[in-house]
Amino acid sequence: MKLDRRCFLALSIGGAAGTALTPLPWKLTDDLSIWSQNWPWTPVPDKGAITYTHSVCDLCPGGCGITVKKAGDRVIRVEGIEDYPVNQGGVCILGIAGPQLLYSPTRVQKPLKRIGNRGEGRWEPISWQDALAMVIDKLKTLRAADKSHSVAGVFGRDRGTVAQLFQRLLTVYGSPNFFSTPSYLDNYEMTLYLMHGMRASVGVDAKNADFILSFGSGMIQGWGSSVYMFKANSLLKSTGRVVQVEPRLSVSAAKADEWVAVKPGTEGALALGLAHVIINENLHNSDFVVNYSTGFETFKQLVLGKYAPETVAGITDVPAEKIVALARAFARARKPLAICGRGQGLTPGHLSDYIAVHALNALVGNINRQGGVIAIPEADDIDWPEATMDAIAVAGMQKGRIDGAGSSRYPHSRSLLNQLPEVLNTGKGDSIETLFVADVNPLYTMPDAEATRAALAQIPFIVSFASFMDETAQMADLILPNHMYLERLEDVPSPAAYPANIIGLSRPAIGPLFDTRHTGDVIIALAHALGGNIAAAFPWQDYPTCLRETLGDKWNELNRKGYWQGPEVAAPLGFGTFDTASSKFEFSNPDLNAALESQPALPQGDATTYPHLLLPYDTMRIASGPIGSPPFLVKSVDETVLQGNDVLVEVNPKTAAALQLADGKPAKLKTPKGEAKVRVHITEGVAPDVVALPRGLGHTAYDDFLAGKGVNYNALVGMTEDPVSGLDATWGIRAKLSKA
Amino acid sequence: MSTIDDQTTADVPQTPEDENGHPKHDPAPAADSNAPVMLSFIIGIVISLIIGWAVFPKLLYSQKTQPVNFNHAMHMDPEISAEGCASCHYFREDGSFSGIPKLASCAECHEDVLGESEEEARFVEEYVKTGKEVPWLVYARQPDCVFFSHIAHVKMGNMECKTCHGDIGVSTQTRVYEENRITGYSRDIWGKNIAGFKKNTWDRMKMDDCAECHKANNVNQGSVQTLRGGCFVCHK
Ligand code: SF4
Repeated sequence: MKLDRRCFLALSIGGAAGTALTPLPWKLTDDLSIWSQNWPWTPVPDKGAITYTHSVCDLCPGGCGITVKKAGDRVIRVEGIEDYPVNQGGVCILGIAGPQLLYSPTRVQKPLKRIGNRGEGRWEPISWQDALAMVIDKLKTLRAADKSHSVAGVFGRDRGTVAQLFQRLLTVYGSPNFFSTPSYLDNYEMTLYLMHGMRASVGVDAKNADFILSFGSGMIQGWGSSVYMFKANSLLKSTGRVVQVEPRLSVSAAKADEWVAVKPGTEGALALGLAHVIINENLHNSDFVVNYSTGFETFKQLVLGKYAPETVAGITDVPAEKIVALARAFARARKPLAICGRGQGLTPGHLSDYIAVHALNALVGNINRQGGVIAIPEADDIDWPEATMDAIAVAGMQKGRIDGAGSSRYPHSRSLLNQLPEVLNTGKGDSIETLFVADVNPLYTMPDAEATRAALAQIPFIVSFASFMDETAQMADLILPNHMYLERLEDVPSPAAYPANIIGLSRPAIGPLFDTRHTGDVIIALAHALGGNIAAAFPWQDYPTCLRETLGDKWNELNRKGYWQGPEVAAPLGFGTFDTASSKFEFSNPDLNAALESQPALPQGDATTYPHLLLPYDTMRIASGPIGSPPFLVKSVDETVLQGNDVLVEVNPKTAAALQLADGKPAKLKTPKGEAKVRVHITEGVAPDVVALPRGLGHTAYDDFLAGKGVNYNALVGMTEDPVSGLDATWGIRAKLSKA
Repeated sequence: MSTIDDQTTADVPQTPEDENGHPKHDPAPAADSNAPVMLSFIIGIVISLIIGWAVFPKLLYSQKTQPVNFNHAMHMDPEISAEGCASCHYFREDGSFSGIPKLASCAECHEDVLGESEEEARFVEEYVKTGKEVPWLVYARQPDCVFFSHIAHVKMGNMECKTCHGDIGVSTQTRVYEENRITGYSRDIWGKNIAGFKKNTWDRMKMDDCAECHKANNVNQGSVQTLRGGCFVCHK
């Protein structure tokens, strides 16, 4: 038989007809639809038992109580605990994204030793034993050479057992050089020290206030304990009033009852202008002023003499009538509360601003009482016996701090990390031979990134406790990775600016995923290996024992409830809680007056070359601290802020017109410290000649969702010290925006 | 029948036309030339039927054996499993269903080898001693777009396990697991019969089978969201 084309066609038609009589087409269609509805590469959570762990979020100083939900062995969700006093069921977007950080590809999974050049990213795994031996060897050598003070540690905070363990280790080893991350809280602490005469942290009872006057503080941008402040802000919507004083129309300003647009950097002057009106019109709380304060007359003379509304209007660009009206509204409120620290308070700012703002609270008598500002005395949670110091330790401690904190130059400061780059780069002080870093990413978060990089390059041995391969970890010589917060047991000290002393307990929701170790355990192990007095100062076999013993009778409550709350500070103490020489609140004393008179040279850069002003701003959707934003956050960022890899800077229509820049168009941003490519977003929310840039972008480390996106504000700005505190007073820098 | 090709050959006689000008068909030669065409057509049908019914199902599914050959029947001894299926496949306190037991449940009894079986010895050696979870292949796993609550069916609907899973409790060894190469799910969902015919309620686990029972018992036919057509009952 000849098979011609007709036969072939018939065969095909027969085949098609036959196929239609088989299940094949229907089955294939069904399978393909199932396949395409359930892409096999889409991750699907485990189907295991659902379990919950109560813990405390440690991603920012917010200290929120969280429930970590697991399916089988997989963490799938983080929720707020309803009856946790701080956040009452809420969590912020970063807190929600915690599981992404846990499973992040940027986790450091085992101890690593650098083999390439710094920053090159070439590492060699090393056993914990060898890694610790390396550190111990280094520490022993330095100590034997009488260079104990050249060992330093930079930690995210100075409170809590882990930071305190490290500080204790440095002390008995013989180095005073323990640093914590500077912020607005340092300025508040110093303000309370100068005005209340005591070392205390600030508590802001925002929920019970009825008028909040915020000098640039981002109430809904992460200032204080973010979720607590969010809730307070919502509460005030119905029960009170929020006035936001800020040069830029931030979300906090937009949601406030009133936005007072002020000239950048003049918030302190405005506060003194308000004080002028309050005193001048006799609106102040005379009970407080007469019975609980001293120095009022001097302060009065200062503000009446120099800060009349018309004068202040000239400084701040806020009309005199507005100043008068605002002062009256503030003073007449039942619980008026003034706060400061710009944005999230990442840069401490000018000390005199804090003094001026706190003086306002004092004038209306809203101090140490419900709805006011509360000075929470330094907690005595950690009460370890005094360590015995040997001769080397005593000698090392006597050398004084390398940053000058506590010296005659900055007598009230305790840690000035911002001074470190200059000291190291100019070689004016001692050198640092070994640096430990934990929970910080100074190379990214400190101003003048270039200077910080140069300073780190001077340090021969850097040990990082990083859980993630961040910018600073990339510069380390040895990484001893800590468990990340969902994997570890640790006390979490009182949340930032929270109006009570509350210790939270972070509990492991899951066992360590990788070959990491608790930094607390590493510190204790190092101390034991160093022997002698050093080992004797650490009588605990491991960190959990140390934690339990340290917390003593608080432990049970902490373990049961997840937090321990100290006695109410505000109500019973009332006004009479000042530890000054006069036992009263001080409106003026020589240190205060010096601070109020001081003026840091700001902003940096000359106005001719740099006609514009670059200001940073904070948003909850971008993590701007040591932790880089996980993908969940980056994806939430608006397209008026980030488009692809380009960040948009806010520019006033007038400036844009003058520069012939259209919305969304690329531009060049240059400051005395660096330059960057940006795009412009035209908005009336900033004044002419102001350029606003979000913080938290421009990472070079972390994953593809974050690295290379936008520009790091810290790489464009310099550090300008406050003459009194020595902290970084910078709020912006001169810049030049031009067509790209 | 003429083709254009035919007409291009000059010495082939033209097909005679009738009075209307249509080609005239000569029945005898047509029968001759149609035979191979018909045959081809039939062969086409036969081949495709064979492929569709016999070859395709073979190709579509890969055959896998369970990591451990499990004997349900033996475990169903009331002395071992006092609560029947629920001894190992239980509801957790929160009402969720445990499904296939984790190693920890097995290890409660099998911390050491209990019997004579070599398979058990291997299981204890390879899994219990090393703490490695057994990578069981789940015959009844539904696609991830399906939400299914066991407790709603077993406790509230008083259904028996075997209505959907068959009488698995009497099996003495694990069946071959046939995995659909396209979807990755078990053949049990579509059913052993490639045409989709079923005799027992447990022969298939497709959406229609769920719907059949929901309709017959008039339960959850409308979801809260749509109030009709219960899509969201199972597809959340
Ligand atoms: S505010 Fe801070 S502590 Fe609270 S959930 Fe967010 S990141 Fe965590």
